[in-house]
Amino acid sequence: MTEDDLDPNRRHFLAVATAVTGIVGVTAAAVPFISSLKPSARAQALGAPVEVSIGSLEPGAMIRVLWRGKLVFVLRRTEEMLSRLAANMENLRDPDSAEVEQQPDYAANDTRSVRPEYLIVEGSCTHLGCAPLEDFDVRPAENWGGGFFCPCHGSKFDLAGRVFKGVPAPTNLRVPPHRFVRDDLILIGQDSGAA
Amino acid sequence: MARIEAEVSKSKDGFMKWIDDRFPFTETMRYHVTEYYASKNFNFWYVFGVLAFVVLFIQLFTGIFLTMNYKPSAAEAFASVEYIMRDVEWGWLIRYMHSTGSSFFFIVVYLHMFRAMLYGSYQKPRELIWIIGMLIFIVLMAEAFAGYLLPWGQMSYWGAQVIISLFGSIPWVGDALVEIIRGDYSISDITLNRFFALHVIALPLALIGLIFVHIVALHEVGSNNPDGIEIKNNKGADGVPLDGVAFHPYHTSKDLVAIIIFLIIFFSVVFFAPDMGGYFLEHANFEPANLTATPEHIAPVWYFTPFYAILRAVPDKLGGFILFGLSVVIPLFLPWLDRARVKSIRYRGWIYKSALSIFVVTFLVLGWLGTMPADPLYVLAARVFSVIYFAFFILMPYYTTIDKTKPVPGRVVYHG
Amino acid sequence: MVKFKNIASLVIVSTCLFTTQGLAASAGVELESADIDPSNIYSLQRGAANFMNYCSGCHSAKYVRYNTIGKDLDLSEEMLVDNLMFNAERIFETIQASMPSDDAAQWYGTTPPDLSLMARAKGADYIFNFLKGFYVEAESPTGVNNIVLPGTSMPHVLWELQGYQSAYIENHENDDGSVTTTFEGFEQMTSGMMDSEDYDKFVRDTVNFLAYIAEPIRGFRVMLGKWVIMYLIFFLIIARMLKKQIWKDVK
Repeated sequence: MTEDDLDPNRRHFLAVATAVTGIVGVTAAAVPFISSLKPSARAQALGAPVEVSIGSLEPGAMIRVLWRGKLVFVLRRTEEMLSRLAANMENLRDPDSAEVEQQPDYAANDTRSVRPEYLIVEGSCTHLGCAPLEDFDVRPAENWGGGFFCPCHGSKFDLAGRVFKGVPAPTNLRVPPHRFVRDDLILIGQDSGAA
Repeated sequence: MARIEAEVSKSKDGFMKWIDDRFPFTETMRYHVTEYYASKNFNFWYVFGVLAFVVLFIQLFTGIFLTMNYKPSAAEAFASVEYIMRDVEWGWLIRYMHSTGSSFFFIVVYLHMFRAMLYGSYQKPRELIWIIGMLIFIVLMAEAFAGYLLPWGQMSYWGAQVIISLFGSIPWVGDALVEIIRGDYSISDITLNRFFALHVIALPLALIGLIFVHIVALHEVGSNNPDGIEIKNNKGADGVPLDGVAFHPYHTSKDLVAIIIFLIIFFSVVFFAPDMGGYFLEHANFEPANLTATPEHIAPVWYFTPFYAILRAVPDKLGGFILFGLSVVIPLFLPWLDRARVKSIRYRGWIYKSALSIFVVTFLVLGWLGTMPADPLYVLAARVFSVIYFAFFILMPYYTTIDKTKPVPGRVVYHG
Repeated sequence: MVKFKNIASLVIVSTCLFTTQGLAASAGVELESADIDPSNIYSLQRGAANFMNYCSGCHSAKYVRYNTIGKDLDLSEEMLVDNLMFNAERIFETIQASMPSDDAAQWYGTTPPDLSLMARAKGADYIFNFLKGFYVEAESPTGVNNIVLPGTSMPHVLWELQGYQSAYIENHENDDGSVTTTFEGFEQMTSGMMDSEDYDKFVRDTVNFLAYIAEPIRGFRVMLGKWVIMYLIFFLIIARMLKKQIWKDVK
């Protein structure tokens, strides 16, 4: 009699215990499968930091490199280009680089760079990802002091990669992690101050 | 077909009513799960059906993840497997589960088929279930064969070379057939790519379709049991077989125990012995396919060896091929070869029991012989055992008729 | 239940018969056990250095990354760069052979095989005996032959360490005219820098490393397996209790 009373409770308890144990197992089993979707060792190897030699980069010139399949611009700005940076401030959507994600903290400054001379930005328009074109000519009539122009939908960025108001792109061009190994060698993909 | 009253099987309110008004959910659950009655005296041999299901799931699931990283080209296949083993996070585990699963699929399926031989599960009215099951077996062999080419190791390539060229022995169409299978003048990148398509899509779809039909056919007549008696002949006042218990929760809870025991064995292999001494992952397959050098000792994977031994026993290429095919196909005829009036071995006479025991030994010995090189002594033994193998089937109408059977009880034997 | 025991024991016995075939015997030569200890990190480190110094000139291990070796063998990036990375620059690179494979094919008639998986393909014992099995044979293009792989194109790379040995090989002619060759033993002709015990240790470390690179995940796999099985046993106990409870009312 008492046995019968205990039965449904015991059965329920065991059913729950079994279910819980099973769910724990299934969850643990899911981990390897989901982890396998992460970038593999080969992806990490291929996505390793890229060395860029800037020893022969002339002032005013720009080189393009690929890092993790993404286009990166390395622009050596002239003194003149740097002096023009402050002029545009009221035309920019985010002049102070307040959007924290767009640059590491060592590039959250007026020139958006570790060393003022060298601008390193991803060549990917923050609107829909097209590669912006260089437009370094100064055209005072158009109020254009030089920068980047995206041909897809007309977004414009200044010589520090900052986005103008009134264009489709919402944020400044992204600055990738990078550091100066030597004066003539940059490593793109590794943070400054990192080992 | 007794159909559960549609009215009774629909939920009366809530979310389930919305579903049931549009889809036979509750009805299906009742017919196939909670009110599907199977005998209460299922023993160890009845576990292999659901285990086959578990292995199928493991293969499909791990297969998907392998396909995400595998490259089906002769140039990249071998390297992509090593990529999975070393560079993909947890790739090694997914690979070992898949390779172990393929061997366990055959262990489980052979034992599942053996159950049918023990308890006469292929006899009327279950002949169609058996036929579909044999088709599943044949598709499974093709699936395993196609899958084995994919790592593009030495054994992959040369094993495929040997087996595919066997088809060339068929008169008139042989050579054309071989070329059609290969898609090229020899086994190549082209062959690999199409075997990939077969292994990943075509054959799994066929397998899933056949398994679905297999279970529908089973549920139509109801499961057999170790006593070989039809439990539907003894129903209670409520229409429920007296010897039956509902699939859920009785057989589901019992199967869960069996599944966990199986997983213990399965994962012991995966984690402690994935090579299984070179039988589950063959040593030669750790060398990339070399089209100029045949390995010393070519043998198919262990689960094909019984049939391979029969093939090699025949001195003629075409004859060997025919007998090989026959040896795979002949069990299909068991429902008609077996003339006994009883189903279960529990009530058969000593003749059938001896015959079945000899058959088991023969099958295992043939399997072992298939792994051995073709030395004269082994070939002779293979010939002897091949004869015994076929004799088991061919003589069955005779010895099952004269076999003295015991009276079959009215109710199943169950000891709680 | 009785039937189950019979079948089960039959299956177990058969399996044992199958697995004993793994015993070492190659080219008619009985193989001495390599006796490697995969858990000995120092042996593996020495083996890694041996491999890079003596093998990687001709043989690649193209599926093995230096950073994997560093992680498993407890070697820092600096140690990897200083001791192992002779023809690589970044630690995520794989081990490439120094010799261009086309040249190798021309000089040796065949490209020296990649060694990433050799220990799984041939076994540790095979490689151990192979590296100890070179003997002087004047007619051979390399001046040596090998009892484990007769006719090998590989020269005796480790001659400086082992020295040279000669082999006693007997040819017995059988009744049917065929010839059976048996290997009777070696005799040291010239000594190398190492005595036989040190050379064995050298080869053992190297083979240990080869066995490791064939499956770097092996140690982790075995360790994890124990936990998985323990969980499953626990699950089994609970599931069995549930089953028994549910089946209580079945008479």
